[in-house]
Amino acid sequence: MIDLRLADEQVQIQESLRSFAAEKVRPAAHEADETGRVPDALVAQAWELGLVQGSIPETYGGYGQSASAITGTVIAEAMAEGDLAFALHALSPRLVIDPVLHLGSEEQKKEILPLYCGDRFVAGSAAVSEPRWNFSTTELETTAKRDGRDGKAYVLAGKKCLVPLAEEAPYMVVYARDEQAKVGAFLVKAGTPGVEIHEREKNLGLRALPTYEVTLADCRLPATARLGDDASVLLRRARVAQSAMAVGVAKAALAYAIDYAKDRDAFGVKIAQKQAIAFMLADMAIEVDAMRLLNWEAAWNLDQGNDSVREVALARQYVADGVMTVTDNGLQVLGGHGFIREHPVELWARNGRGFATFEGMASV
Amino acid sequence: MDFSFSDAAKKRKETMRFVAEHLMRPISRQFDEQEHENPWEFFNTMWEASKGNREATKIGSSGNGKKGEASEGTLLACIQIEELAWGDAGLYLSIPNPALGGAAVNAAGTPEQRDRFLKHFYDGKPRWGAMAITEPHFGSDSKQVATTARRDGDEWVLNGTKIFCTSGHRALELSDGFVVVWATLDKTKGRPAIKSFVVPAGTPGVTVTKLEHKMGIRASDTAQITFEDARIPADNILGTPDIVTQGVEGFKGVMATFDATRPIVAASGIGVAQAALDVVKQTLKDNGVEIRYEAPRHTMTVLEREVMWMESQLQAARLLTYRACNMMDRGERNSREASMCKAKAGLAVTRITQKAVEVLGPLGYSRKLLLEKWMRDAKITDIYEGTQQINQMIVARSILGYTSAELN
Repeated sequence: MIDLRLADEQVQIQESLRSFAAEKVRPAAHEADETGRVPDALVAQAWELGLVQGSIPETYGGYGQSASAITGTVIAEAMAEGDLAFALHALSPRLVIDPVLHLGSEEQKKEILPLYCGDRFVAGSAAVSEPRWNFSTTELETTAKRDGRDGKAYVLAGKKCLVPLAEEAPYMVVYARDEQAKVGAFLVKAGTPGVEIHEREKNLGLRALPTYEVTLADCRLPATARLGDDASVLLRRARVAQSAMAVGVAKAALAYAIDYAKDRDAFGVKIAQKQAIAFMLADMAIEVDAMRLLNWEAAWNLDQGNDSVREVALARQYVADGVMTVTDNGLQVLGGHGFIREHPVELWARNGRGFATFEGMASV
Repeated sequence: MDFSFSDAAKKRKETMRFVAEHLMRPISRQFDEQEHENPWEFFNTMWEASKGNREATKIGSSGNGKKGEASEGTLLACIQIEELAWGDAGLYLSIPNPALGGAAVNAAGTPEQRDRFLKHFYDGKPRWGAMAITEPHFGSDSKQVATTARRDGDEWVLNGTKIFCTSGHRALELSDGFVVVWATLDKTKGRPAIKSFVVPAGTPGVTVTKLEHKMGIRASDTAQITFEDARIPADNILGTPDIVTQGVEGFKGVMATFDATRPIVAASGIGVAQAALDVVKQTLKDNGVEIRYEAPRHTMTVLEREVMWMESQLQAARLLTYRACNMMDRGERNSREASMCKAKAGLAVTRITQKAVEVLGPLGYSRKLLLEKWMRDAKITDIYEGTQQINQMIVARSILGYTSAELN
């Protein structure tokens, strides 16, 4: 029966994370963007909330809470409403955990998951995007070829970009096209020969998140490094997580614009009392809710074990368009002040532009 | 959270799709072209099928379910209406039932009135209910009501002119139905003096003076009605005759019916747009074009992008509508969400059907197909039961916490 409410447990998570995001994350966002780094102490605090460990079963050292994609979207949205770069950073361990949970063998789970259940934050990373204009997740140019006498080992070759936290993550998951043209996901340990991490990237947004270009040249991996077979579902899960973060960014812009418009005087009234502004805000509110519902439907389909190709694609397209429109309109409501970096709205518009491009940078 | 239909919802959808396909589509073009004709065979079949089904008369009773209890009455109504409108939106509006008049009786009437006015919708010959709010000099600004109601002994005496009354002709002249009429007890007292009155067919002094010629939904009659010293019994007033400024009675009670009817209007538009989208996708498929949802950006065609845009816009409108229904079914206040789904659906279905005509080119523009009709039928979704702009206003006031004095 159609019921579009979160479960009580999910509402509790949502409420506590929204207040964490508002009280701790948001106040640090501006300086993080200017200095290029989110405070480690804040990442540590987020770690203590158990956002990451929660989805890992107790057998492997986690808390064994809900690992549903819907719960993942709730966490991602709430954190991104605070700050996108922070959300991607704090939730980065999921880039490794989610693939292992979903496609990993028992051995892989035993080896990898306990690493992310300790007292301290451990970064995760994933290499999906490639630095070319016509990049597509369905036509990866990074290749994984069989090698070795027994034909079991893999050799990875290619160039990746927008790889978050590559310098500090003990593991990254590299996505590459195998010889059957399937998407393969490979666990790559830090220091593996053939992996070269280049200088930190400079992007339109996400300035507080360290991302890198990574070159893979003759990078040899044992057969046990591969997670499952066809890993394309992982990229759909990533899209749902990213879209949830986009909803968070859009919601932030909406709320900020509402507060500003109710406070700003013009022509003897508050600007929110003018239809030109009020209707813009109404449309933004409608779109934020529509974006969230569509993305929840995609997440729900993933949770049902459906391939969800259509639902995820539609939600992603809708959300990527929507977050751009909503953040841009939010900026517009502030007028000239929206263009000034003291207000966070231009940051959200820069971050919002990225969602049509981001692939595999978060996971539910 | 659950995005799947219950068995009851699946069954309802299936049944209504059958009706849409077999009873509505075959006569769709005919009653678009023969405006103001009556498809009696269809009316009689629908009447016989719905007799004894009280579900159809329940729309508008706030909280079909008790708080916290699983209920899906409003949702089922929306699913039903989406399917019927998929068949033909004009014919759906023409189906003999209490319609918006029933919604008003349910929302603002006493149990005795509900029984008295609605019981004949379970037996006898086809009947229609209707709602008359709009007058020649106002639309959304409903406090401008100039039709008057004067008490005279055991009767109310109504005088004035109403326009844009859906099924007004069928309710008053083709059947023993009724029209719920908004009238003021005292023009100087504003909204609290506006009341709604049930005017039965056959009341002397009530005349249908004009049937409108419309862009779309032409199978549905849109009547102008004049009231000249029309006398109705004193207990035909819905709610209290006192001019009070608070409570569900009176104006606010009448406005609350929109919380139920806006999702329903959204659903009917969604049905029309789904029909258009289905034809577009089928035509493309028949010509070897499949939508590749995960195609690389640089190889995706304009057509694929447009179809994906149509699909996601439509689903967004649908989910917002389901949410508003969910809330009503739980007995929660849903004014904001009802306006959100109406605003979203109104614009989305207008754009989707326009796009559908464009995508199929000369084929889409031709009256050989029903696409052009659906574009005409969809537009009204963004107008009746509150225009796009009225719903934006309601959403804006809600999110900003403003009164109508603060934002107008």
